[in-house]
Amino acid sequence: MTALPLVALVGNPNAGKSALFNALTGARQKLGNYPGVTVERKSGRLSLDDGRPLEIVDLPGTYSLDPTSPDEQVTRDFILGKQAGERLPDALVIVVDAANLQNHLRFALELIALGLPTIVALNMVDLAARDGLELDANILSRDLGVPVIPTVAVRKRGLDHLRAELDKIITGGPVALRPSPDEKSFDAVRDEAHRIARAAIVRETPSRRLTAAVDRIALHPVMGLVFLLALLFVMFQAVFSWASVPADILEGWVTALGTAVTAILPPGIVHDFLLEGVVGGVGAVIVFLPQILILFFFILMLEATGYMARAAFMMDGIMARVGLSGRAFIPLLSSFACAVPGIMATRTISDPKDRLTTILIAPLMTCSARLPVYGLIIAAFIPARTVLGGIGLQGLILFLLYVAGIVGAMVAALALRLTVAKGNSSGFLMEMPKYQWPRPQDILIGLWQRAVIFLKRAGTIILATNAVLWVLASFPTAPAGVKQSEYSIAGRIAGGINVLVEPIGFNRDISLALLPTMMAREVAVSAIATVYAIDADQGEDAVSMELGDRLKGRWSLPTALAFLAWFVFAPQCISTIAVTRRETNGWKWPMFMVGYLFALAYVAAGITFWTATAAGL
Amino acid sequence: MRLTQLPLRKPAYVDSIDWTLLSPAEGQRLREYGLCEGASVEALHHGGIFGRGPLACRIGRMTIAMRRHHAAAIEVRTGPGEDA
Ligand SMILES: Nc1nc2c(ncn2[C@@H]2O[C@H](COP(=O)(O)OP(=O)(O)OP(=O)(O)O)[C@@H](O)[C@H]2O)c(=O)[nH]1
Ligand SMILES: [Mg+2]
Repeated sequence: MTALPLVALVGNPNAGKSALFNALTGARQKLGNYPGVTVERKSGRLSLDDGRPLEIVDLPGTYSLDPTSPDEQVTRDFILGKQAGERLPDALVIVVDAANLQNHLRFALELIALGLPTIVALNMVDLAARDGLELDANILSRDLGVPVIPTVAVRKRGLDHLRAELDKIITGGPVALRPSPDEKSFDAVRDEAHRIARAAIVRETPSRRLTAAVDRIALHPVMGLVFLLALLFVMFQAVFSWASVPADILEGWVTALGTAVTAILPPGIVHDFLLEGVVGGVGAVIVFLPQILILFFFILMLEATGYMARAAFMMDGIMARVGLSGRAFIPLLSSFACAVPGIMATRTISDPKDRLTTILIAPLMTCSARLPVYGLIIAAFIPARTVLGGIGLQGLILFLLYVAGIVGAMVAALALRLTVAKGNSSGFLMEMPKYQWPRPQDILIGLWQRAVIFLKRAGTIILATNAVLWVLASFPTAPAGVKQSEYSIAGRIAGGINVLVEPIGFNRDISLALLPTMMAREVAVSAIATVYAIDADQGEDAVSMELGDRLKGRWSLPTALAFLAWFVFAPQCISTIAVTRRETNGWKWPMFMVGYLFALAYVAAGITFWTATAAGL
Repeated sequence: MRLTQLPLRKPAYVDSIDWTLLSPAEGQRLREYGLCEGASVEALHHGGIFGRGPLACRIGRMTIAMRRHHAAAIEVRTGPGEDA
C-alpha cells in the first residue's frame, strides 16, 4: 500500500486546529479555550471531493519552530521530520486566528518559508467580527502567496472551500523542503507580518467589552479569588445535591436487575456470580454516574469558556510560593478528571524540574475515579443535613477532601522543589484567550463521551477485576460458622495485608479491597460490595440491604475517616504509574511517586484514625 | 516608566526592552507574543492580594499574563506613538 498524502495542521495555540481537525475528519479530539490543549499528534482520515483519501495530522500549538516545551517539540519534530523513520508532511494547513492576525501571521510566514504546499485557514472569523474586525482574505492571499480560506471551524463553515483547495495543492508528486529558506531575522518577519495583517483589514471598530468586563471580576485580586473558591465550592455541593434524584433512580434499576437475576436463574454458581460479582459489585459503581457527570459538566464549562487561563493567573501567586507557576495549575485542574491526561498536559510546562514536580503531585488532585469511593463513605457516615445556614454537610466534607488533596499537593511541591526537583523558580508567561460562551451541544457531547468512558470502564476493567475477586473470595467454600470472606483465598491474602494496615484502623474489608483497587480506584466500591454480598449469601438476602447501611453496621467512624484520608493520597492507579513512566522516560520517578504517596497515605490515614479515636468519634 | 508602574488601563507604547533581565527562553516567548519596541501595551490587572502576583496586560491584540520581573524589563511611554 502506498502511503496517503500527509497534511499537517499547524499554528499558534488555541487557533482552532483541533476544532478544524474534528470538523474535517469527524474525530472528537479534545477542544478547550486555552493554549496547550493538544499535547500529542493525532492523525485522521479525510476524503477529498473526488474520493482521494488523505491523512491529516493535528499537532500541538506552538508560537514558532523554536520549541520551549515538550509539546512544542512534538510539532517541530513532525514538521521538520526530526523523528526517526517519520514521514515529512506533503502539505501544511496553517490555522490562524483572524482576531489575532498580526501575531499569528509571523509564525505563518515562518512556515510558508519552508516551501511546502500550504493553505492558510483564516479561522475564527466569527469572533473577529464580534470584535468589530473585518478582513479581506483575497488581499491576504495575494500578500502571502498562498490560498487563504476564511473558516469557522466549530460551525463547519468554509470546509468545502478548504477541501477544494487541498485537492488543488495535493498533486501526489514528491515535495521537498526548500533547500535553505532565505533566513530573515525575527524582527524582519514580524514587521512583514504586521504589514500584511494591516493591509488585510477592511474595517476595524475596537470593541472587546465582554472579555474586559468579565476579567474585571475574574482577575480581581480579591473578588477573583472569592469567585474561584465559590466556584469550586458550588461544584462539590452540586455533585451531591443535584445527583441524588438520578442516583436513586439508577439504584432502583440496579436493585431491580438483582431481583430479576434471582427470579430467572436457579440458585448456583452462575446466579451467585451475576448477583454478587456483577450486579452487586459493578452496579455499586455505576450508581455514581450522575455525580461523575456533574463534576465533568463543571470541568467542561471551565475548559470551554476560557476561565482555565484565569484560574492559572489567580493561582500563580500561590503556586510561586511552592516553586511552581500558574501554568502548572491547568494540568492540576485537569487532574480533577483524571491524572493521566493531567500528566500528559504537563508537556506544556517548559522548565523540566517544574514539569517533573507537577507530574509527581498530579495524583494528589482528586480524580473522578475517587468520587464513588468518597461518595459511598460520605453517604454512609456523614448525615445528610445542612450546617452554617443551608450548606450541605456532605458536600462540605467532599469539598474538604478536595482541599486536602490540593493542600497536600502544594506541600509536596514545596518539599520536592527543595529536594529532588531543586531548581530556579520558573517564570509564568501565558496567553489569555477571549471568553467564549460554550455551545450546549458541545457540552452535551462532552458529557456523553464521559458517560461512555465511565460505563466502558465499569464494563471492562472494573468488571474483570471484580470477577477475579469474586472467584478468589468465593473459593474455597467456608465451613459453617466461618466467614466466607475470611476463609477464601482472597480472605487469606487480605489477612496478610491486614497486619500492615491494622495500626491505621483498617479492617479486613478494606485490606481485601486494597490490592484490586490498584487496577482502578472505583474497584474499592465494587470489591466491598461484592464481598458483602458473598458474606450475606450465607445468611440474609444479598440485595436486600443497601451497601451504605451495611458499611455503617460494620465500620466504625474513625475507620471510615481513615479510609477517606488514605484515598486522598494513595497512588492506587496503574495507568497513572504507566503514564508517569512514559512521560519521565524510566522507572525511577514512577517508583519514587508510588513510594512517597503510599507513605503519605499511610501517615495521613493513621493520624486521622488515632485523632478520631482519641476524640471519641 | 516601567510597565509595572503603568497605571491600569492607560494605553501606552513600548519604549525599550531590557532583554538582559529576561532569560533567553522568556525573551523568545515574549517576542513571540508580539512584544517589541513600539508595540501598544496596556496594563489590565494586577494579580495577588499582597501585590506579589502576576500582571495581565494587553500587547497588541493579545492579553498576556506575566510575572512582575518580566514587566520590570519593559520600559513604556504614554502618549502618541507609532502603532506596531
Ligand atoms: N467562535 C469560534 N470558536 C472557535 C473556532 N474554532 C475553534 N474555536 C474554539 O476555540 C477554542 C480553541 O480551539 P482548539 O481547536 O482547541 O484550538 P487548538 O488550535 O487545537 O489549540 P491547542 O491544541 O491548544 O494548540 C475552543 O474553545 C474552540 O471551541 C471558530 O472558528 N470560531
Ligand atoms: Mg488542539
